[in-house]
Order: sequence, then structure tokens, then C-alpha cells
Amino acid sequence: MSNRVINILVPVISVIIGLIVGAIVMAVSGYNAVDGYIALWNGIFGDSYTIGETIRQITPYILAGLAVAFAFRTGLFNIGVEGQLIMGWAAAAYVGYAVEGLPKFIHLPLALIAAALAGAFWAFIAGVLKARFNVHEVIATIMLNYIALHVSNALIKVWADGGDKTQRILETASLRSPFLESMTQYSRLHWGIIVALLMVVVMWFILDKTTRGYELKAVGFNHHAAEYSGMSVRRNIILAMTISGMFAGLGGAMEALGTFEYVGIKGGFTGIGFDGIAVALLGANTPLGVIFGATLFGSLQNGALNMPNEAGIPTEIVSIIIALIIFFVASGYVIRVLLEKFNSKKEGK
Amino acid sequence: MEYVIEMLGIRKEFGGFVANNNITLQLKKGEIHALLGENGAGKSTLMNVLFGLYQPEAGEIKVRGKSVKITDPNVANDLGIGMVHQHFMLVENFTVTENIILGAEPTKGGIVNIKKAANEIQALSEKYGLDVDANAKIQDISVGMQQRVEILKTLYRGAEILIFDEPTASLTPQEITELIQIMKRLIQEGKSIIIITHKLKEIMDVSDRVTIIRKGEGIGTVVTAETNTDQLAEMMVGRQVTFKTEKGPANPTEEVLNVQDLVVLDYRGVERIKKLNLTVRKGEIVGIAGIDGNGQTELIEAITGLRKIKSGKVLMNGQDVTNKKPRQITETGLGHIPSDRHKHGLVLDFTIGHNIALQTYYQEPFSKMSIMNYKEVSKKAKQIIEEFDVRSGHGEASLARSLSGGNQQKAIIGREIDRNPDLLIAALPTRGLDVGAIEFIHKRLIEQRDKGKAVLLISFELDEVMNVSDRIAVIHDGEILDIVEPKETNEQELGLLMAGEKRKSAGAVKGDE
Repeated sequence: MSNRVINILVPVISVIIGLIVGAIVMAVSGYNAVDGYIALWNGIFGDSYTIGETIRQITPYILAGLAVAFAFRTGLFNIGVEGQLIMGWAAAAYVGYAVEGLPKFIHLPLALIAAALAGAFWAFIAGVLKARFNVHEVIATIMLNYIALHVSNALIKVWADGGDKTQRILETASLRSPFLESMTQYSRLHWGIIVALLMVVVMWFILDKTTRGYELKAVGFNHHAAEYSGMSVRRNIILAMTISGMFAGLGGAMEALGTFEYVGIKGGFTGIGFDGIAVALLGANTPLGVIFGATLFGSLQNGALNMPNEAGIPTEIVSIIIALIIFFVASGYVIRVLLEKFNSKKEGK
Repeated sequence: MEYVIEMLGIRKEFGGFVANNNITLQLKKGEIHALLGENGAGKSTLMNVLFGLYQPEAGEIKVRGKSVKITDPNVANDLGIGMVHQHFMLVENFTVTENIILGAEPTKGGIVNIKKAANEIQALSEKYGLDVDANAKIQDISVGMQQRVEILKTLYRGAEILIFDEPTASLTPQEITELIQIMKRLIQEGKSIIIITHKLKEIMDVSDRVTIIRKGEGIGTVVTAETNTDQLAEMMVGRQVTFKTEKGPANPTEEVLNVQDLVVLDYRGVERIKKLNLTVRKGEIVGIAGIDGNGQTELIEAITGLRKIKSGKVLMNGQDVTNKKPRQITETGLGHIPSDRHKHGLVLDFTIGHNIALQTYYQEPFSKMSIMNYKEVSKKAKQIIEEFDVRSGHGEASLARSLSGGNQQKAIIGREIDRNPDLLIAALPTRGLDVGAIEFIHKRLIEQRDKGKAVLLISFELDEVMNVSDRIAVIHDGEILDIVEPKETNEQELGLLMAGEKRKSAGAVKGDE
């Protein structure tokens, strides 16, 4: 078995083991596993509507995953993607409904930029705290998540005159598309997936093509050597955080301009930002890997919605099964080791 | 003849790269057997085969005459083979006892019996004259002591055959003497030892026989008493090695570096450089001799812009670079081979190619309009790899981490010399390297000098300072005590100066200040 084969086998075997363990859980709790998985499958790929919804679900996961992965690649752990995403969501929604009289080709980009800037600014704060005052970014970003949640809620209250959500954004700022909707039996699929895929290219380009990317990676891997070679460690830390936050902010824009077309007061975190950590790790922090991770997360999340309806499995059990599948994919390392052991034994003979 | 270990015709490949080929090593009971080879010759690979970390492609291993298959380190342990690693594997905030029993805790009713273990370890320590306090914490004991803990760990697990991997690399001369005594004691108690090293002097001092490998090939085994360092060096490198560096007289011209009344604080705010003055001219090599910790690190960091200067001035080519940023100083014509190649010299997770661009990545042709041209980077890398004989598995695409220390150092030196700096600061450029690599690096430094460039060499090795420099500045307690010429001094005098005992006649006596 070559390395290449192992690289492909690992995720496949991981998913299969996850499915088997999930089946055992269903069987033990007295549900038909086959029906459960058929429902899961139908919830993901059943018809053009579910496929549209699945892609819609994947979109913000890609951006959250990029945000985390970009930070990881530059030596930072951005747990604040959740907060940055919430700020981006609020900013995009505000620009989307409050700025009037612009044509779509200005208004929509403006709303997207507002979201990117809001997320970037939120991460910039943590970057400055780390670069200037040596505050660990994990602590700073966790705290900034709470601040973001409540700041955004307070802003929405003002914007909505005491209501619990803003007005709908104007059509000129929307990512929605009658074309995509009609193609997918009126799912909420919107153009955001194009934005997300574009950002995948952007991350690859920054890290692997630009001079700045070389610096960011050098600072992330070894800031002593970076300093020795004359790079500004502080500036690069702040910049890395800011770019990461930009991706997160755009993730918020997907919800504001595509899925919901408004921003509402939230009782708690959306979870997308935190799932972004898992998405990035599943994708080994590479841009293409993030697409894979987000696809897995988004698909399972969306498919799971169908399991209670079609197979009568309670949502709690569904959550356990989804978690198990993701767990086994994430522990791919174990499977890799087992495969390699198996491999070397065979060669030994 | 009784052999405790026989490794016969061992061959080990890593995907096409032959790390060991047809190597035979036979260890007699009760001997100290040295395994000699250059950096990257395959010594560690061979020992990892013996320790069960790698499986050989061909060859046979016999332990006490019986053919064995060592599939993992536990098998090696059961066979009584113990390894004292170069980089200690100890938990800093555990005690000696806790570290030694880690993974093999003696339990009584499910509870670890620390007391019993501590007594056993103390007894072992006394038996072999190791003088280790079983209850001390690792973080509180010296590096030499930590190494003895590693030795105790193998003894506690019943090792009869001990492998020492570069045991003297991080020890002081005093600790090295003690280690040699400990090894001899171990032999008296019936143990057998393999010592991996590239230091010829140690081999002559301690070993009974030597097995030499070169570029993965077994060259042969000789009896230490019947050989000498010249012959060993030749067998190791494959050609004659000159220990005395050949060089003509220096032709110093104008001043490149001028350090005036420099004062530098360390991170605690203590003055480490005290009104230091130093000049380096084009066409000369100035060596800074001194005992570790007398301000060498602070001096280099201040000159290169990595540390704040409290007062005084640094002039490079006549420009004031005091407290300038590292890049501004570099661009005045400074090259810097840092003392810690892993910390400052390399980004270990970058490829060698990317590391070679570390100082110049932002300049054309490597970067144009903020876009990297990695093709140009690898072209330059290939040129330097070729010119400086940097050996690695996959050329410029190998991760810096995967190279041996000597090759990492050659890559750094190549990178710095290729920029042709007016002043090259070489801090401990040969630390941990074998004679072949040392000779190569010294030649390169002298070549720079002969091209009319200035070199500032910082070293703890007196031999090196004496051989390579044209002037020697002795640093003690943050001051330059004296500047001497190598031919007008000897090691004794330098040693005394380094200890701060002799002052320049013009200087004041310390108490008067």
C-alpha cells in the first residue's frame, strides 16, 4: 500500500467505522439503523431541495473553517471565530437594510466588505492584545466571543426599536437567487457558496503565493527565526489574526445576506464558529481540506434534520450518531497507525 | 571470544535512500566500544535498529550468541539493552525517582511504592558512584546530573548493555571527565557500552575498540590502542584531515564594525555588557574568546539588533546602527550565523529551500510585487546546497528538521556567506559538528577574510579561536579584558584571561572601580 492509498483509505474507513458504531447505538436504542441511514442519506442527497439546503449549510462552515485554519497555519489559535462571525453577521445585515438607493453591484459587495471588516476588527483586537501585551489569543478570543454576542444583541435592539430582529435586508444586498432557488425546488441555496469557494482560493494564494504569506508562516512556525531575519513579529501576528477574522466575518455575511436576510437577537452562540475548529482540523488546515471538512459537517448537520421525520429517531440519538461519525473521522490518526502497522507486517513477511 | 551483541551486515533503507549498508558491529562483554562517523553517516540509524525502532532490510542481530528479532524498544529492554539519549527524556518537575520509574512503576495494592523505588535507586546510584539524589527534582539539578539520571534509568530497568548517544555534547569539560569515570566504573561492574560520538579525543580517552562508518557504509573496526586520531579522522572522513587550519597572514584594511562604550542589560535588567569597545576591520578575523555566559550572547544580539542597547554606539561601515531594526542592520552588510541554529537560524518546519531565502525572501528575484517566485528560491537553494555540500534526503525540498545538525549548519552558513556580507558574525559555528565539517567551515571563514571581508568569530573552544582568528579579544564579565594575537599567546594564558585573572597593564584593578 502506498502512502497515497493510505491517505484515501483513512477517511473512508473512519466514516465507515463511525457509521457502524452509530448503527449499534440506534439498534441498542431500539431503532432501525437501516431506516435511520436511509433517512440521513435522503436528508443530504434525497432530491434537489435537500442538496440545495446541504450546500447552503456547508457555505458558512467553509468560511469558519478557513478562519481557524488560516490562524493555525500562522501559529495562532483563533477560538474567536464565533464572535467574529456574529459581528460580521450584524454588520452585513445593517448595511443590507440601512443603506438605501444603491445598485446591486455596489450594495452587495459593500455589505460583504462591511462583514469582512467587522470580523477582521474583532480579531484585530485579539491580535493587538497578543502582539503588544502578550495576552494569549485563546483567552482574549473566548472573552471577545461573549462580548460580540451581547454587543450584537444590544445593537439589534436599537436597530429594531426594541424588537428582536432587524428588518429584512434590501433586495440589492441579497445573495439569494431566484435562479438557484427554482433549480432546487425553492431551497434557500444562495450565491454565498461562490464567495466561500473564492475565499478558499484567497487563503491558498495568500499563504502559498505572496511574500506576506511567507512571512506569516515563518512567524507562525518560529518567531525567533523570523525576528532574526528582520520580520516584524508583532505586525505579522496582528495581520494574521485580522485576515483570519475577515474570513469569519464573511461567514456571518452568508447568514445575513443569504440564509436569513436579517439578524436577530440570539439566546446563545450559533456554534458555526466553534464547529469551524473541527472543520479546520479535519481538513488538516489546508484550503482544500477545509472544503472537505465543511462538506462533512454541513451534510451531516443537514441530513440529520431528516432522521426524526423519516425514521422516527429522536433528535438526541441523532446528535449522538452525528457526533460519533465526526469523532471517528477526527481520530483518523488512530486508523492511520493501524493501517501502517498492518502494512509493515505484510511487508515483513 | 564472547560477544554480547553482534550486528552482522546490517542494511537499512528509507525509500531508496540507503542509511546503513553492510555494517558489522561486534560488542565484547565488558568493553567500551565507540561508534564513530560524521554527522549523518548513519550512526543513529544503526543504533535505532539495535533498539528496535527500525527494522533492518538485511543482516542479522545476535544477542549473547543467539539470533534475535528486535521488533520494538520493549524487546530491546527485555534483552538488557538500554539507551542514554542525547536529548534527555525527563519530566522537569518530577523527582529523579519518579522519572526513573515512569512506565515501570512498582505498585503495592494499586499504589505506587515510591519509597521502595527511591531506596533501590539510591542504592544503585551508590553502587556505580553516580552520586544522584533520588529525591531531587529534575529542574533543580545540572545537565550532567540529568544525564546520570538517564543512566540510572537504564540500570534500574536491568540494562547490561548501555548505548550512549553523543553523551558529551552538552556537558562541561569537568562533567565529561566525571562521565568517563562513570563509564569505566560501569565496565568494572560487568556492563558493556557502545558510545556514539564524532569526538576523536574522547574515543582515544575512553574506548577499547572503534567501529567506523562513513556515508552509511561500514568501514571497519580498530583497536583504540593501535590507532591515533589522524588515522581515525581519515577513516571517518575518507581523506586526510588537517587539524591545524592553513591560512596566510591577514591584510586588515578599513574598519567595518566599531562598538563604542556599549552597555546592554539582560532580561532581568542586570548589566551584562559593561562599556565594551571593539573594532573589526576588513580582511581580518577577530575571535572572541571567553567562558559561556560572560556577555557573548548579549553582545551579538546588541550588534544584530535583536536586543536593546542601553548606552553606547554601534557603527557598521561608518553608519550608526545603534538600536536599529535587525533588517536595517542586515542591509548595511551584516551576515549572522546564530549560535542557536534551531531557535534563530532555521524555521525547522520550512523546507531547506525556503530557509535559504530567509534573509532575502523580500528582495528580487525571490519576491516581485509582493508575490513570491518560489522557482527562483529553489534555484538559489540548489546552488547553495551544491556549493556547501548540504546533504539531505530530498534536496531543497527536504524539511529543515529532517537534516542532521552539520548539514543544517552548512545550509545556514551557505545562506549567510552567499549574501557576501562585509561583516560576518559567526557565533559557535562548529558546535556539535564533526571534524570534516569543522574543517570545511573554518576554510569558508578564512576564504571570506581573504576576499577582504571581516569576520567576528565567537567560540567557547580555545582550539578554534587560536586556529582561525587573526586577533583574539578576550571577554570576561561583559568587558574586553585584552586583545592578543594568536602567535603571541598560548592556551594557558588565554585560559587565565578568560577566567579574568590577568588584566591589561593599562587597565585599572577591578577593586578600584
